[in-house]
Amino acid sequence: MNGKTLVMGVIGADVHAVGIKILSHAFEKAGFKVVNLGVMVSQEEYIEAAIETAADAIVVSSLYGHGELDCRGLREKCDEAGLVGIPLYVGGNLVVGKRNFEEVEKIFLDMGFTRAYPPGTTPERGIEDISKDLGIA
Amino acid sequence: MKTILTVDFGSTFTKVSAVCAEKAEIIGTAKAFTTIETDIRDGLNNALRELESQTGKLEFTSRLAASSAGGGLKMVAVGLVPGLTAKAASTAACSAGAKVVKTYAYELSHAEQQEIYDINPDLILLSGGTDGGNKEVILHNAAKLAEIDQNFATIIAGNKSVAQNVCDVLVRSGKDARVCDNVMPSFNTLEIMSAKNAIRDLFMEKIIEAKGLSEAAKMMSIPIIPTPLSVFEGAQVLSDSLGPILVVDVGGATTDVYSMCSGVPTLPNVGMKGLPEPFAKRTVEGDLGMRYSLDALVDAASTAGRNMDDLDNISEFQALCKANPSIVPDANSPFHSYDEKICGLAIDMAVERHSGKLETAFSPHGEIFYQIGKDLSDVKYVIGVGGAIIYSANPTSILQYATTPPGNPYLKPINPKFLIDKKYIFSAMGLVSRVDKQLAIKIMEKDITEV
Repeated sequence: MNGKTLVMGVIGADVHAVGIKILSHAFEKAGFKVVNLGVMVSQEEYIEAAIETAADAIVVSSLYGHGELDCRGLREKCDEAGLVGIPLYVGGNLVVGKRNFEEVEKIFLDMGFTRAYPPGTTPERGIEDISKDLGIA
Repeated sequence: MKTILTVDFGSTFTKVSAVCAEKAEIIGTAKAFTTIETDIRDGLNNALRELESQTGKLEFTSRLAASSAGGGLKMVAVGLVPGLTAKAASTAACSAGAKVVKTYAYELSHAEQQEIYDINPDLILLSGGTDGGNKEVILHNAAKLAEIDQNFATIIAGNKSVAQNVCDVLVRSGKDARVCDNVMPSFNTLEIMSAKNAIRDLFMEKIIEAKGLSEAAKMMSIPIIPTPLSVFEGAQVLSDSLGPILVVDVGGATTDVYSMCSGVPTLPNVGMKGLPEPFAKRTVEGDLGMRYSLDALVDAASTAGRNMDDLDNISEFQALCKANPSIVPDANSPFHSYDEKICGLAIDMAVERHSGKLETAFSPHGEIFYQIGKDLSDVKYVIGVGGAIIYSANPTSILQYATTPPGNPYLKPINPKFLIDKKYIFSAMGLVSRVDKQLAIKIMEKDITEV
């Protein structure tokens, strides 16, 4: 265990249940304490879970193309709830259609996300980045 | 002959009953005014004399008592997030038989400190943070509670990583505090047994004495418990024999609802959301009562848009009840039909608040349903307790308010049978079940009758 807690889940009305299980196992194996909220998670649920568990980061997954709508305002709500500066990560099929990922990434970084990932990202990449960002050697 | 005495020290009356174990029946009941100002044993002896005047001299093999005298067990629950540890704390306190006056979340403010001072609770259940989770808020709240100049004891059921530090803060300020297991050890899991036991222990050690019950407690075979807990246990034992049940107890000040069922979804393709709820669940509605909280009930009913057509002169009736809370309108009174309707409204709203709710979300795959709280649609029996139900000429029409046709987002019972506790034996049988469970079941099956 590395002493870091992550809250993760699939945002909005999205019911894709498999990927988040794989992520949750991968992060646990890498030493994180994972609070997996499962599917159909609202912004408020991420925030409430992060407050109670004193989470170090929130990891948001979205696979059904509505990620942009679902994620808007999450950073502001975190600020409002006292989770100022908490790292936010997002990944999956974030938008509908064939848009170039640099464009999509910019949208999410502008929304206040720490990092955004395109489809096909391996769990290892996320583990590496988050470990680095949270200062785990 | 084996005879068991049960005693219920109420705020107004001390009620006693004698139970014959061989015949499995209640051979006599009596009541007398509670004498908490002088010696609570006086009222008990008066009731016993009255009892023996019906039955003849009695030798009791065991004596059991519950108490709600002196305002019952008044508690305040404190947690972190309203829908998480704050709710977990209030659920734990409620199922230990406490009257949870108020539940607080996040850092306590100065105004809330003052409010708790005014409430003057017997006990505080302090939670916050999963194990290894948030530490700051529970520590902050302990310091705030330590500043309140009242003599309450605190049970700490929060983040284990700081529980002892939290306890030290309170003890240093001269307050009684003790640590039990976290009510939410990991996210969205509810563990209330340890808190429930701690509440029971403190009730025995401190509250009994504070409420002037210590001498009476010495006369009893087992420790005195809070009356709502004995009703709770009575209902629990009855559900062992009847299956899933719902008990509604409508009183002058509150409406209590007890459900004994798993509450898992009965409809296909429904997911669960929110804090899991216990199999045995109790809720208390402080704003739904027939007399002392009638004003609040009328407000709640009009806010909720309930039909109050039959209650044209309700404000006049409210004034009458305020002047004389023990009023019972007779057959000639223009208010004769009011109590049935008011009681129905209390049951309607209290059961709606107690039961789970089905919510719909729209997704690219179509409609998705999820359930928050317990699904009570499969409950087999709804049991009515309290004067307004048991003395009514038509209890079925009142208890009907506990139910719903299929398709309501509130998952109330759909087609239950109705029973009534005509002799108000739930509390007594909860006590008896502590010494003889089968006996309690036998008597309840006989005396709690279908309507």
